[in-house]
This record gives sequence, structure tokens and C-alpha cells, in this order.
Amino acid sequence: MIKYIFRRLISMVPLLFGITIITFTVIHIAPGKPTDMETQFNPKVSLEARDRIAKLYGLDKPLHVQYADWLRRMARFDFGVSFVDSRPVMKKISERIPVTLGINFVSIILILLIGVPIGISSAVRENTFYDRAMTVFVFIGFAMPTIWLSLILMDLVGVRWGILPVSGLKSLEFERLGLLEKIMDVSRHLVLPVFVSAFAGLAGISRYMRTNMVQVLRQNYIRTARAKGLSEREVIYKHALKNALLPIVTILGLSVPGLIGGSVIFESIFSIPGMGRLFYESVMSRDYPVIMGVLVIGAVLTLLGNLLADVSYAAVDPRIKLE
Amino acid sequence: MNRLIISGSIIVLFFAGLALFAPLLAPYDPGMIDIDNILTSPSGEHLLGTDSLGRDLLSRMVYGTRISLLVGLIAVGISAFIGVILGSLAGYYGKWVDALIMRFVDVMLCFPTFFLILAVIALLEPGIVNIMIIIGVTSWMGVARLIRAEILSLKERDFIYAEKAIGASDFRIITRHLIPNAMGPVLVSVTLGVAAAILVESSLSFLGIGVQPPTPSWGNILSEGKSVMGAAWWMLFFPGLAIFITVLGYNLLGEGIRENLLKT
Repeated sequence: MIKYIFRRLISMVPLLFGITIITFTVIHIAPGKPTDMETQFNPKVSLEARDRIAKLYGLDKPLHVQYADWLRRMARFDFGVSFVDSRPVMKKISERIPVTLGINFVSIILILLIGVPIGISSAVRENTFYDRAMTVFVFIGFAMPTIWLSLILMDLVGVRWGILPVSGLKSLEFERLGLLEKIMDVSRHLVLPVFVSAFAGLAGISRYMRTNMVQVLRQNYIRTARAKGLSEREVIYKHALKNALLPIVTILGLSVPGLIGGSVIFESIFSIPGMGRLFYESVMSRDYPVIMGVLVIGAVLTLLGNLLADVSYAAVDPRIKLE
Repeated sequence: MNRLIISGSIIVLFFAGLALFAPLLAPYDPGMIDIDNILTSPSGEHLLGTDSLGRDLLSRMVYGTRISLLVGLIAVGISAFIGVILGSLAGYYGKWVDALIMRFVDVMLCFPTFFLILAVIALLEPGIVNIMIIIGVTSWMGVARLIRAEILSLKERDFIYAEKAIGASDFRIITRHLIPNAMGPVLVSVTLGVAAAILVESSLSFLGIGVQPPTPSWGNILSEGKSVMGAAWWMLFFPGLAIFITVLGYNLLGEGIRENLLKT
């Protein structure tokens, strides 16, 4: 197993290279140089200062040297400092990551807790009214625009009915609250964002779960289990479920980039200080070092998600040969 | 023909009709400002109400249909074009060509797509043409994988060997025989891709980095709706509904085509 993980880690190296090359290219196809963006709207920045910035980022060197330098700094997780507030990019990103990962983690758990039972029950009742109703629900979930769902919930639940807060993670009086109240406060702020981010994923997972389960239920070993007189309960939960659950692990791993990318939208709408909102703000203020940093970190998180999925798949499925 | 295809086509054709005949169907000029009728709720005069400049929402949405569909279709056209070319090269030539292209696909798939799109927009200027290109350039990977897989199995068939035996060029084999035979799954992916592209465009326009006002798009009308939240529900409800139904239509159509393909 350790050997398998190690080999998967090694195979990630060329991908990491590719990620850095694309990020570097994306930044350098821009018309003009990164320094223009920082300085062009600021008349106080002298020509001399521009040269200094250009030297600092090595913009006076040939491209392949710039890339090598950048790569060397990146290997130490040094993405430079933000153009906006001169704080280290890595620090800005790392203080935002827990919020984004936390919300995505909670919504993945929710998706599994709701989506898997929906998938199983639809598969078991294939082509009944219930199954059709769930299919309709899945189509609605796929087509629902995140922004629309967020705005309507904000308008109804937050503004009209005033049940839940619609912005940020904490109330104004947060500091004066007791520990339990603090937890309650943050949870209340998280209800809508988590619901929104789970909604779209829910449709996908319940659909996959249904398809897997339908296929598994047609296998010979299920017929055997039924033939030897096991109750339907045992057939479904003991024999079919485990096999139908396996591919879900992979799907979850593959859904990581979508979840991280989607965080831009709901974090901007609900003003949540996560990585998505940081990215949006950096894009709006053309904060190049932060943009590059988030791009690379987002891609690395995706790689780790895939690795985690592969490893857990290998761990739960003995048929996967580790050689 | 199954029910999915029929219901999907009805929706798709309805919105295509709106887009095509926008000047005939829109009751008002979408840019006409009327300060006496600011944020009026839906009525006989303004079926879907007016926005904060007194412009007729229905007219703006009808014209917005043009923008959203145009962006969706052209973006997907670009992504299908790139995907088909790279995918067929990888599938047909194999070896290092395949390895190189597929590693490129793997790397592109690592990026959260929305991040990549935002980053490129930060560098270029937001605008309809740039949005189309960017969505196209960041979403071709699925098509490339599909067409590669199809061609891998097709190129071992007898009719391809026959073609080779009579001395057909690689170009002719790929464009005349392999790609047309591999188009089925691509058609499904492209149809679903239009839905995805419309969603991305509306999100970008909502965030203020897509289609720029005063050009109306469903996304930037929604963004305006957010700023008058609580005062004008129609500004939030109708544009979102239009996005939802259009995306649903393309999804239904795509799934319908998939079911049909699986049957035959």
C-alpha cells in the first residue's frame, strides 16, 4: 500500500510541472507585463521604481530563466507578496483555505448522507413513480443555476422572512458571545452557503448511485444471493450496496475541482472570506501574485483530492491490483 | 424519438425562436430608459415589470436570450473544434502524440475550470468575444477524451484497413471516416456543454466580468436584481428562471440523445 501511494505521488510530479507551465503561460500571454498593472494607474510610481519591480520579479530576464526562478521559489511555497497589501501570498491563501475546505467538506458529507440513500431507493424501485420523481429532482438539480438559487434563498429566507443571516461568517456582536453561542452563530451563517453548494452535487451523486446500484442488482451474484433465500434487505444492504458504493469514491475525487471552482460564486454572493472570494477579489484588483498562487494551490488541492480518491479506492476494493 | 428529446427540443427551439426574432417579439426597445416607470412590478403594460432605469424587463430578457445562446453555442463550437482535433490526433497516431496530448488533458483537468476562466479574464478584457473564446479553450477536454476513445476502437475496423489499402491519406481517413463515425458521444457532450457554457456565462456576467452592461444578458440582469433585492422580486425571479429552463432544455436534449444512442 505504501509503495502504491509512493508511486502515485511520483506520477503526480509531471502533472505538477504541467500545472506550473500553464499557470506561467496564462500570466505571460497577457498584453503588457504584470508590472504595468501594478503601476500604470499609479502616477506616484516612478520609472525607477518600475525597474526595481521588474528586477524583483525578474522580468528583465529571458522567459525560461524567469520560469526557472519562479519554479524555484514555488518549490518553497514562496509565491511572493500581494500587490494590494504587500502581505505574503502564501499567508493570504492559507488563512482562507480552512473556510473553503470546511464548507466543501460539510457539503460533501451532506451530499453523501442524502444522495446515497436517494440513489439506492430509486434503484430498488426502478421505474416506479418514486424513481421518476427522483429523476425529475435530479434534472432540476443539474439545471439549477447556483447564483439563482443563492439569490432566491437570500431574498426569501434572509431578507423577507429574516430567519437566517445572509452575509459573512459571524455576526457583529460575535466577540461578546459565549462559546456555544459562537458555534450557533457560525452555523446559522453557514446554513445557506452549505445548502447551495450541496444542492448541485446532490443531483450528481444520487444519479451515479442509482446507475451503479441498478447495474449491480443485475449481476449474477445478486441472483445467487436471492436464490439462496436471503431476505431482500440482506441482498441490498449486505451484497449490493458495498459494490455500488465503490465508484462513488472516484466520483467524489473527480468533483473536487468543481467544488473549489464553484466556491467563487457562493462565497462572493454570501460574502464568505474563503479562497474563492479571495480569488475573485484578486481578479478584480489584478493582483497577479495572488492569482497565480490560488491557481497553483487550487490545482494541487485537486491533485490531492484525486490521490485521496485513488488510495481509498485501492484500500476498499481488494480487486485493485497495487502492482 | 423519446420524451426527453421532444421536451428538450421544445424548450431549445422556443428560446432559439426568441433569440432569432428578438426585434419582432420585444415589446419595447431594450435600452429605452423611462424614469417615470422605475421598478414597476409586472403589469399589462410591462409584462415582467421594469428595472431600476425603467427599462422593460421582458424586452431586455428577450435580447439577453440572443447573448446567452450566442455565447453558449460559439463557446461550445470552439471547445468541440479543439477537442475533436486533439482527440482524433491522439487516438489515430497513438505513441508519443497520444501521450503528449493526453498528459496535457490531465493537466488541464487539474485546474478548477472556473478559476482558470477568471484568471484569463483578469488578463484580457471582459466582453462577449473573449468570454466565448475563454469558455471554449477551457472546456474541450471531455470531447478530446471521448473522440480519442472512439477512434481507438474504430481504427482497428476492417473498413479503415480497406481505406488504407487503397492508399487513402491519414487526413482523409481521419476527417472522412473516423470523425463522422465517432460523433455520437460527442453530440451528447456538446449538447450538455451548451448548458454548462450558458451557466458559466451567466455566472461571469453576474460577477461583473462577463457581458458588460448596457448589453443585456441574463447574468447581468440578475446582478442588477441583487442590488435591488427585497424591492423588485421580478428582477431576480425571471432572469434566473430563463437560465434554469434553457439549461434544463439542453440537458434533457443531451440525455435524450444519449439514451437513443445506447439503444441502437
